[in-house]
Amino acid sequence: MNTLQYDVVVIGGGPAGLAAAVKAKEYGLNVLLLDENEYLGGILPQCIHPGFGIHYFREELTGPEFSHRFVQRVKDLKIDYFVKARVLEIKNYSDLEKIVAFTSPEGAFEVWAKAIIYATGARERHAFEIGIVGDRVAGIYTAGEAQTLMDIYGVMPGKEVVIVGSGDVGLIMARRFALEGAKVKAVIELMPYPGGLARNVMILRDFNIPLYLSHKVVEVRGKKRVEKVKVVKVDENLREIPGTEFWIECDTIIISAGLIPQVKLLTDIGVEIDPATGGPVVNDLLETTVPGIFVAGNSLLINDLVDYVAEQGELAAYGAKLFIENGGIPAEKWIKLEKGNNIRLAVPHYLSGKRDVYIYARVRKPMENVVLNFPEIDRKIRLPVVRPAEMLRIRLRKEEIAKARDKITMEVVQ
Amino acid sequence: MKTKVAIIGAGIVGASIARVLSKYENLEVHLIEKEADVGWGVSKANTALIHGGYDDDPDKYPMRAKLCIRGNRLWHQWVKELEIPHIWNGALIVALKDEDFDELERLLERGQRNGVPEMRIIDREELFHLEPNVNPNALGALWVPIVGQIGPIPAVIAIVENAVANGVKVHLETEVRGIKVENGEVKGIETNNGFIEADIVINAAGLYADEISKMAGIDYFEIHPRKGEYWIFDEGIPGPNHVLFPTPTPISKGVVVTTEISGHLMIGPNAQDLPKDYKDDTSTTREGLEEVWRKAQEIWPNLPPRWKVIRTFAGLRPEPTGGDFIIKAEEEVQGFINVAGIRSPGLTSAPAIGYEVRDIIERDLGIKLKEKEKWNPYRKEITHFFMLQPTQINELVKKNPAYGRIVCRCNKVSEGDVLEAIERMKFIGVKTPSVDSVKFRTKATSGTCQGSFCKVVIINLLAREYGIPPWKVTLKGKGSEIGIGDVKVLLRGEAQ
Ligand SMILES: Cc1cc2nc3c(=O)[nH]c(=O)nc-3n(C[C@H](O)[C@H](O)[C@H](O)COP(=O)(O)OP(=O)(O)OC[C@H]3O[C@@H](n4cnc5c(N)ncnc54)[C@H](O)[C@@H]3O)c2cc1C
Ligand SMILES: Cc1cc2nc3c(=O)[nH]c(=O)nc-3n(C[C@H](O)[C@H](O)[C@H](O)COP(=O)(O)OP(=O)(O)OC[C@H]3O[C@@H](n4cnc5c(N)ncnc54)[C@H](O)[C@@H]3O)c2cc1C
Repeated sequence: MNTLQYDVVVIGGGPAGLAAAVKAKEYGLNVLLLDENEYLGGILPQCIHPGFGIHYFREELTGPEFSHRFVQRVKDLKIDYFVKARVLEIKNYSDLEKIVAFTSPEGAFEVWAKAIIYATGARERHAFEIGIVGDRVAGIYTAGEAQTLMDIYGVMPGKEVVIVGSGDVGLIMARRFALEGAKVKAVIELMPYPGGLARNVMILRDFNIPLYLSHKVVEVRGKKRVEKVKVVKVDENLREIPGTEFWIECDTIIISAGLIPQVKLLTDIGVEIDPATGGPVVNDLLETTVPGIFVAGNSLLINDLVDYVAEQGELAAYGAKLFIENGGIPAEKWIKLEKGNNIRLAVPHYLSGKRDVYIYARVRKPMENVVLNFPEIDRKIRLPVVRPAEMLRIRLRKEEIAKARDKITMEVVQ
Repeated sequence: MKTKVAIIGAGIVGASIARVLSKYENLEVHLIEKEADVGWGVSKANTALIHGGYDDDPDKYPMRAKLCIRGNRLWHQWVKELEIPHIWNGALIVALKDEDFDELERLLERGQRNGVPEMRIIDREELFHLEPNVNPNALGALWVPIVGQIGPIPAVIAIVENAVANGVKVHLETEVRGIKVENGEVKGIETNNGFIEADIVINAAGLYADEISKMAGIDYFEIHPRKGEYWIFDEGIPGPNHVLFPTPTPISKGVVVTTEISGHLMIGPNAQDLPKDYKDDTSTTREGLEEVWRKAQEIWPNLPPRWKVIRTFAGLRPEPTGGDFIIKAEEEVQGFINVAGIRSPGLTSAPAIGYEVRDIIERDLGIKLKEKEKWNPYRKEITHFFMLQPTQINELVKKNPAYGRIVCRCNKVSEGDVLEAIERMKFIGVKTPSVDSVKFRTKATSGTCQGSFCKVVIINLLAREYGIPPWKVTLKGKGSEIGIGDVKVLLRGEAQ
């Protein structure tokens, strides 16, 4: 068995892991970065469109450009990293003794580490999970799969496309297909409103792509390859309305029906998961319920913007540094962040009052002219609109947080 | 001179016949299959059970009754010789009502008549000891310890590999379109790839066995498709320790609840008769899946939330006129053997069918078979990363670094596993590379994410090893290509 020893192991070399590794190294920690792809960057190298880094770098970059800047830092700082390295298991012996077992073309390794930053990203929901029935034929791709085929390997999946889901990923793929000369016949969205950022919804108008809100794809038919899909309208309770079924002919279906944080290695060691985010329960340093294991990016919660992902990576690195320096995260008490009216999810779950924090949250349903209210600490923020598609990011100062006794509620009120 | 044998259909039945016949010196065996790989017909989508042999009434279905139990016994040996993934975990036929025990008694008696060992009826207490999460209202069960589960396509692949190693020639993407008969004797088969001469033609064409038989002028039976649908759930969802059946009704063995050999909870099948010309309709349906769900819940109330499903699928049973297997040398056409209507328990019976066909050749066709001096009964399974210890990984990595690289995250399949699978595909003559061929050999793409990360990696490995561009790699044979060309193909106006 090959063994290695580091202060921190960063699992996942997407923007969350890259930012975490760079920051941890800048703090003077001995860092190992692991990713299972052939290259660093996570999903960014395949996102060849602009829209990355507007907050973080204050300029609009493409995915590969954004990731390149971090990868360059990794190389400049001489951070040790492996690609094609899949972490198979985490073992937690004691607070400052953890083992990360991984395999790579160089062999199987065990790394002893004091802290772990977990940044494995998300996976996509597939056709079976969203209840599509019919034929299991060629021409059904998840959005990320189609994106990898087109923009990493240069393969055109098909020419007549139906997109399932109007989140950012679906909308961006609609544009990618249109730009390469495919006919995007429809974007089908279950909810009564689009799932993506406003700037991405514009794509549909630009490329003349019909959007069907309150509709769902229920069936795929075809002999060897997709030939048509069946669509049905749903009512306000998302129940199918009989008699509204129709078929769309196409050879390609792109499933963009949501992302799920990849937390298997964490649940294996008993990390507590928040059913609302699908990611771990964390404190204001993004530490999970297993001390010394920090989490950032899409494995923490699904982010719309890479900038926040990088920010989470850096915070996790700071957490790891404090953890190693103090043999644990110092805090006298934890104040629970509670979800009030129209808040679907909110992270971090526990606040110390010792640090300023960014709260990342999503609402359940769109509302206009609202007040975002934190009653226990008397904080009110007016917002013209809140939408499920747009993650809220709210800064709370430590003095404010410290005013609360044991909980702070976050709610949206008119 | 060798007798030339053409077996039509490389399903579990054709493959098993080929393996048995490969033992003989004086036979030249050809296995003919229209698909791009073996085992993609009925043998692909079924419950994968090695049945106990208590279910088939020897008065009504003598062939089934005889071959099922024999097949079960042979499988215990074949899975070892051929390293086929399997588990012998036994079945429980669960009684929910007092009347059900009458049926269980009947099954017990029938099983004893068919020669099924070790069966017995167990009471409520023992049932809950064996299966704590079964419906709390269950009253008892029939316990059949010899029941097991195998990987059905891996089984076909293993058998074909062994047959090829023993001299069988496989012809893939070769569709039989006619059978040449002269003076009441078979002469060979017409295919899309030309004429193949044969002294014996064995029809093991699954759902299409009636059509093949008609080509030889024999049309006393028909095959009807009967659909069965399934749900498979994500790993980590607790399933039963044994194969659970409801007490059967006159028409069906009922919906099974089981943990399949890869550890996933699986429920199904229902039974839906389809019109005769729906033999390629393996689509799943809302109604069918609902029915399976409802019925599974009767014995296993704690089904997971529906979004925990990782796959739904359907298979078609080849239901023959009369209901029993049709296995015989047809007298009107010398040299033509029907192995038709191999519906359930066909997977279980397949090895026994192989020997039955051998006996028919000797007995009815009067050919004295000579055993080969050197026949190799063994076949090695490919490397599976998920079964390796770290030290073994490091040894393999020294030989080829590809063994250290994980391709399929969910099922821990390495690039080395995939490369071995591709080598084996080439060994049996797979010409059109497909993701499914790799999936059935390695389990890649069949886990939680259903290949959304690894399919592209596998496509590129297949493209490299077969020397073709990635878009020509298929999902499951010609017509299911992964792409239509390079990414600029539409802008150049070149795609048809
Ligand atoms: C189509 C699309 C368009 C987008 N557009 C925009 C945009 O315009 N602007 C924007 O700001 N954001 C955009 N995003 C979002 C942004 O790309 C993501 O939020 C961000 O990439 C998430 O980063 P991450 O590091 O958490 O995860 P990822 O980028 O997914 O990286 C995770 C990495 O972890 C590795 N990994 C996982 N498990 C293991 C393991 N066990 N061992 C080793 N390695 C492992 C993976 O291989 C992967 O490389 C888009 C996303 C998509 C899919
Ligand atoms: C839902 C369901 C559940 C079942 N469960 C079980 C079970 O648990 N246990 C059990 O023992 N049995 C079970 N069975 C039955 C079992 O699956 C079948 O009996 C068995 O797979 C039949 O194998 P086969 O080789 O005869 O047919 P197939 O696997 O269909 O093989 C026939 C082959 O012939 C090829 N072919 C057809 N026409 C031509 C042509 N013209 N030219 C060339 N090739 C041709 C086909 O492509 C195919 O590959 C089940 C069946 C179903 C459908």
